[in-house]
Amino acid sequence: MNTLELQKMANEVRKGIITGVHSAKAGHPGGSLSAADLFTYLYFEEMNIDPEKPDDPDRDRFVLSKGHTAPGYYSVLAHRGYFPVEDLPTLRHIGSHLQGHPCMQHTPGVDMSSGSLGQGISAAVGMALSAKMSDKDYRVYTLLGDGEIQEGQVWEAAMFAGHRKLDNLVVIVDNNGLQIDGNIADVCSPYPIDKKFEAFNFHVINVADGNDMDQLRAAFKEAREVKGMPTAIIMKTVKGKGVSFMENKAEWHGAAPNDEQYAVAMADLEKVGEALCQK
Amino acid sequence: MSEVKKIATRESYGKALAELGHEHEDLVVLDADLAGATKTGTFKKEFPERHIDCGIAECDMMGIAAGLATTGKVPFASSFAMFAAGRAFEQVRNSIGYPHLNVKIGATHAGISVGEDGATHQCNEDLALMRTIPGMVVINPSDDVEARAAVRAAYEHEGPVYLRFGRLAVPVINDRPDYHFEIGKGITLREGTDLTIVATGLCVSGALEAAEKLAAEGVSAEVINIHTIKPLDKELIAASAKKTGKVVTAEEHSVIGGLGSAVCEALCESAPVPVLRIGVKDTFGESGPAAALLTKYQLDGQGIYDQIKAWL
Repeated sequence: MNTLELQKMANEVRKGIITGVHSAKAGHPGGSLSAADLFTYLYFEEMNIDPEKPDDPDRDRFVLSKGHTAPGYYSVLAHRGYFPVEDLPTLRHIGSHLQGHPCMQHTPGVDMSSGSLGQGISAAVGMALSAKMSDKDYRVYTLLGDGEIQEGQVWEAAMFAGHRKLDNLVVIVDNNGLQIDGNIADVCSPYPIDKKFEAFNFHVINVADGNDMDQLRAAFKEAREVKGMPTAIIMKTVKGKGVSFMENKAEWHGAAPNDEQYAVAMADLEKVGEALCQK
Repeated sequence: MSEVKKIATRESYGKALAELGHEHEDLVVLDADLAGATKTGTFKKEFPERHIDCGIAECDMMGIAAGLATTGKVPFASSFAMFAAGRAFEQVRNSIGYPHLNVKIGATHAGISVGEDGATHQCNEDLALMRTIPGMVVINPSDDVEARAAVRAAYEHEGPVYLRFGRLAVPVINDRPDYHFEIGKGITLREGTDLTIVATGLCVSGALEAAEKLAAEGVSAEVINIHTIKPLDKELIAASAKKTGKVVTAEEHSVIGGLGSAVCEALCESAPVPVLRIGVKDTFGESGPAAALLTKYQLDGQGIYDQIKAWL
């Protein structure tokens, strides 16, 4: 996909996020929206996957370590064709395959159950290790929150990945700067994030704007060239990106829009969509 | 009793893994800097490329095992029970149990028979923790023969399995041609009519010893070996309880949440009879030679006998 097509798709993914969270009357829109461009880039451009063969042993894998942003994950999987987009409003409803946090047994395309922070990265490391042990050339991607990296297990996993030189692993940190209790720098600062991953023997790529498709493209291109060490992509993003009243607001970490707010949010995204169509 | 051979079940675990490694290429073994103690070192020697030392990071090890399992490997994640079931409980629950991944957890150094290391390393809570996880099979073998059979059965079983092993060399009691291990099936080792002793792990040999002493006094004790705490062989236990009218449970584990609790839960539904739970009595352990601790905490044959006598 070219950049414009990716941008348009990311906007559709955002609409799916708002639709799901509004219907669920719960969920995590802020971090889903900040990562919407990343989700889109991975599933429509970067990863070697086929929605018709979700269990292909040679497919690339993705683990959503920050599992609470399932609304974004589900939206991109639906738009990519793993299941109908019409399923998105069933998010968090009884009987739905779209659980509050990703469940690999329920949802087609989900490679690992996740949601308890700090755990997904270890599973991703296990997948990457398995590829190395079996001489397979699939790649493994995992997305972490910048608050999530306060979990000690993240650094256990990072130490192991660096030690094992897992160059088929890409760890992405969604640095939107906010966690539930406020600014990550105020709550318990994980900065400097890049230097930490460097110290754990990662190749580190800083992305100034993780909501910019061209910057994402450049970062993942660079990551593919890296040999002998895992890659960490630290991307600055805007929490709540694309919805005017949610942008950079910690209170939209885990809250759903009411009907009125839903209308405003969808109107915001419609406007973005129309502007993209003018290009 | 005549002199019997003694082997620690952690040794059995190591041997069984090395054997299975020859048969199954998808079997991989993980450890957290304890390969010497958990005895996975034997496997490591033979299959270095399939042995993964995760360093002192049990939570990460469980997650790595989960990731490996999603790709078709059959990981045996090994550590002390304290760290496998205790420290990494939530990783086992959420990364292995919830997605029902095919990970086997080999937990050695369970119970107070860890000995000199003392309370911090004596895990008397692992059975309780592990059996609350939906879909988790929990096995606590009584000797070398059973432990090796259990490792094999765990490999054949599709889904998560918790295997509990000990540090202390324990008598080999199942070395007989008709011995058969099946997950979830208890084994009646001795028939009796006056009471039933349901035992697990190293307490099985103690239970047999206690039954022998009781027999000398005219008390006929049935002895059932429950190597699988979950799924529990409720039918066997209930049938015996109905016959004898009294049940004693014996385990090297807290009396809260382990075999004793599991048996009471089963019996209160189908065959309510008085139950004496023998185990570690809601207390931490302490340092000392393993055998001396088992005596002090009344978990050896004499201790089990004394507690039954006091209860009858």
